[in-house]
Amino acid sequence: MVRSMLPVALVAAIAFSQPCAQAEGEFAFKSISVDLPAGDSMFPKGPNSDTANANCLACHSTDMVLNQPALSKAAWQAEVDKMRTAYKAPIDQKDVDLIVDYLVSIKSKK
Amino acid sequence: MGSIIPPHYRSSRRHFLARAGAASFALASVPALAEAITQLPLPGGPDERQITTAFPQKGALILQRTRPPLLETPFEVFDQSTFTPNDRFFVRWHWAGIPTDINVDAFRLAVRGHVNREIPFALDDLLALPRVELAAVNQCSGNSRGYFQPRVAGGQWSNGAMGNARWTGVRLKDVLDHAGVKAGAVQVRFKGMDDTVLPDAPHFMKSLDIDHARDGEVMLAYAMNGEPLPLLNGFPLRLIVPGWYSTYWVKMLNDIEVLDQPDTNFWTQTAYRIPDTPNGNIEPGATGVKTVPINRMNPRSFITNIKAGDKLQAGAPTLARGIAFGGAAGVSRVDFSSDGGKSWTGAGLGKDEGTYGFRRWQIRFALPSQGDHVLMVSCTNMRGETQTRSPNWNPSGFMRNVVEQTSVVAA
Repeated sequence: MVRSMLPVALVAAIAFSQPCAQAEGEFAFKSISVDLPAGDSMFPKGPNSDTANANCLACHSTDMVLNQPALSKAAWQAEVDKMRTAYKAPIDQKDVDLIVDYLVSIKSKK
Repeated sequence: MGSIIPPHYRSSRRHFLARAGAASFALASVPALAEAITQLPLPGGPDERQITTAFPQKGALILQRTRPPLLETPFEVFDQSTFTPNDRFFVRWHWAGIPTDINVDAFRLAVRGHVNREIPFALDDLLALPRVELAAVNQCSGNSRGYFQPRVAGGQWSNGAMGNARWTGVRLKDVLDHAGVKAGAVQVRFKGMDDTVLPDAPHFMKSLDIDHARDGEVMLAYAMNGEPLPLLNGFPLRLIVPGWYSTYWVKMLNDIEVLDQPDTNFWTQTAYRIPDTPNGNIEPGATGVKTVPINRMNPRSFITNIKAGDKLQAGAPTLARGIAFGGAAGVSRVDFSSDGGKSWTGAGLGKDEGTYGFRRWQIRFALPSQGDHVLMVSCTNMRGETQTRSPNWNPSGFMRNVVEQTSVVAA
């Protein structure tokens, strides 16, 4: 690799706009109240989608799962295990395999 | 996928880029229209995301997750200014228990633990301390995770989980000095007002070593680009850790605990760890790797005015410009290549707004012949650290900083 470091005299060729306002003078805090989108959609229907709906959606909306790439069954197993052990999701052992099967059915690595 | 999209995001309007398939940075530019679709060119997909305007105090952002929110800055925003507007600044929360009503009169910041005086600070108490201001990039550890190959689980970000703002507030050191740190303090732990949904889940907390916490640069910000922080960016108070990944920049900060033992909480001890290698890089499948908590950011740079698939005129003078940041050190130089990395030329640098901020770069070049060409840009920081020439990889999808490549066609 050849790196030819040529001097360049174009530094001021365009304006570097900085629209940021300075925080000057007195700063006042105002209370706020907002609404956040519910994010209450259900998983696509399929075998065991009810189990996924019942166990996954307390903590996060479905788009977290649906935006994932195709992953191996082992990778999905690791994700569900992480939700149980690290994040304390109260998923019954009998439901773990069903959820993994569902995730594999919608997002499996070919 | 239409049937699973929440009704408040559903839209009949769909906006696709003409060259969406080849686009690298191409995100649909539709600031005035809510609920459009953009395509992120993530290898293997899924690449379709909604552009949402459904979140409070926020403009058009890429919807990665609705609850708790993961919202990404569309890449064209980075061409418009080196400071990222508050309403376009990316958003990332771990837990869905986000307070939506903040009473600024009732708010108190606790400073407690291994200190002489456990002081609750009202917001006005903070205003009475010396005011400091600095520009700094806030970047998610997993920014650009969607480009990791093999792909890894997690937020599937393109390159927009970052932003630069001018932060105004007080030094953490000054706050700690008011409380009086006792001898033997080793770390300082930070907790925000956000809460878990499940009672046994680990509350989000992060810690810094005591010397880092007292370095005079780490600060508590109550303003961002001269305005109060948007709620989703941590109103009313956020920790700013210049040069470090945003996992440390605890939002809605209301609890500071000085520790006389190393923090063993989940988010410090177990989560957010990287292989103890340059740029956290390992071979996929490697085992027995020593890990450390993620820490300083590495340098990155991007072309912002030319997108993959753009058609340029052969032989014609062409302007390339973009942004660079040095991570934990200032930008030393930005080098540009229009021949796929065979030769490099130093780019001109814009105004230096501070060690930790975005720096504008630009250069004029001409493509010598018709056909396909690859543009590349690389940032070197003041420590001599630079970007990797082949993609770094780790199982968490952290710290990507490969030299970006933009394929264009000269006609």
